[in-house]
Amino acid sequence: MADAERTPGFNTLAVHAGAKPDPTTGARATPIYQTTSFVFDDVEHAASLFGLQAFGNIYTRIGNPTCAVLEERVAALEGGTAGLAVASGHAAQLIVMQTLLMPGDEFIASKKLYGGSINQFNNAFKSFGWNVVWADPDDIGTFERAVTDKTKAIFVESIANPGGVITDIEAVATVARKAGVPLIVDNTLATPYLCKPIDFGADIVVHSLTKFLGGHGNSIGGMIVDAGTFNWSRDKKYPMLCEPRAEYSGIVLHETFGNFSFAIACRVLGLRDLGPALSPFNAFLIATGIETLPLRMQRHSDNALAVAQWLAGHPQVAWVSYPGLPGDKYHALAQKYVPKGCGAVMTVGLKGGYDAGVKLVSNVKLFSHLANIGDTKSLIIHPASTTHKQLTDAQKTQAGAGPDVVRLSIGIEDKDDIIADLELGLK
Amino acid sequence: MNHDSYPDSYIRGILNTVKSIAMVGFSPNTSRPSYFVFKYFLERGTRVIPVNPGHAGKEILGQKVYGKLADIPEPIDMVDIFRASEFVPGVVAEALALRPLPQVIWLQLEIRNDAAAAIAEAAGIKVVMNRCPKIEYGRLSSEISWMGINSRTLSSKRGQILPGGVQRMGLGNAGDKKSD
Repeated sequence: MADAERTPGFNTLAVHAGAKPDPTTGARATPIYQTTSFVFDDVEHAASLFGLQAFGNIYTRIGNPTCAVLEERVAALEGGTAGLAVASGHAAQLIVMQTLLMPGDEFIASKKLYGGSINQFNNAFKSFGWNVVWADPDDIGTFERAVTDKTKAIFVESIANPGGVITDIEAVATVARKAGVPLIVDNTLATPYLCKPIDFGADIVVHSLTKFLGGHGNSIGGMIVDAGTFNWSRDKKYPMLCEPRAEYSGIVLHETFGNFSFAIACRVLGLRDLGPALSPFNAFLIATGIETLPLRMQRHSDNALAVAQWLAGHPQVAWVSYPGLPGDKYHALAQKYVPKGCGAVMTVGLKGGYDAGVKLVSNVKLFSHLANIGDTKSLIIHPASTTHKQLTDAQKTQAGAGPDVVRLSIGIEDKDDIIADLELGLK
Repeated sequence: MNHDSYPDSYIRGILNTVKSIAMVGFSPNTSRPSYFVFKYFLERGTRVIPVNPGHAGKEILGQKVYGKLADIPEPIDMVDIFRASEFVPGVVAEALALRPLPQVIWLQLEIRNDAAAAIAEAAGIKVVMNRCPKIEYGRLSSEISWMGINSRTLSSKRGQILPGGVQRMGLGNAGDKKSD
């Protein structure tokens, strides 16, 4: 297959990408290289590795063969040049921004984001001097007007969590190109099975692997994918990539590593210095999960659409926000960006408000009440009292998490059982 | 040859057959890409001959530096060019004057000159442009996968470990009779 000139399909890549048989043992499943360090062949080999002159393994904080399988697999599925696995989705965002921004710089972010990202950008990132400027994905002009000479990146989610917002990635990419900055897309909710942001102009894709890619609710992880599309040297705005690095004897990463230099910079500067490495065991579980990603995502999406349709007709439900519904505000964008389905996550407004939300999460028996999405199991949460509790009321509503809102992540169980459980909970 | 996208078999064929490389525009500065490529192929047992008029006569990692291609007193399989695109026609003319002719002319990342490539191809020389042979070797041997790079290759065969250490991979499979 190595010499086959045909391009493998998505299902084939999900199973095979990155995972050739182990060269030393022949093990067909990906071995868990549960080791901190790797012996050097000789002194010269060690020097070459530390100088980035040879490809190879040194220390698991910088790279590990089990994590590398996961990295190559996600990069292949997204259509990128390289990946970097890290300890969580938040760690991915931290390393990306640390590679792009210096203190005093700005980045523009969609205000419709996962609440955890809003917190990270408003608090930790501001304390580093990386200043977020919020824009509205429903009004692309707000991105355009937010660009200044300090802007270093634009950040959006392909499908926003939990509001069910579909971002017009192509339109935001046009703004980013004009501004000469990379577009970062968090593709956690869609996964590359439903949407490949690089096809629409994303330069960097980030993931919380914890959700649908891992898919089984057993491991926290994050991923950075380099699209290989951005010219880091053109405007000399990204010193980590376009200036000589003293600690690597003066090499210039973009010049040396070409179209995967961003992923290399995130690894040999960001991950090396900040340290949030992924455990090889988690990488193994997540890579195994990805083998069934296409099957799971289709079932998640099909079940979710059936549930959304059922809820939309329920007398106690005020509204259902799910882009798969024909009347939904984002239905047209969904047909362009996520034509196979809109994923598992939806928000539901209950006529009974805050109390009705609390009652529903208490009464269900199949749905698990917890703060995650993207498990095989159906999950439910009342964001106003949990994930989005730290936001102000205005921010809650802005993020689609008002007091009457319940968020569902529909699992891959039988859809009739899922609906029966909700029926019971709403009684 | 379509120089926008090369089949893996074309690149693999070149890297499997080339035994000697003359590197035009080689820099002895250890942080420059040409030095990386030089050292990488030397470690794999390839004969690598640096060419740079400013350093002619010096020895780098035991290899004598020549001032120009014509000064190299032995046949060359591949000329690897680390000069900007506008200097490529001159280097190609020098390469075409060699006897025997080199089999391959390779232009590094960001270097491309279609007119010069057409002249070389008319003389029966294979041409690769805007690629790095170290990256391509790493990609096709799967070494580069250790860095999370998308090798764009799949295989159900065990890879080939080269003699001299477990972190050096070859271009073949473990079961291959001939390992070169």
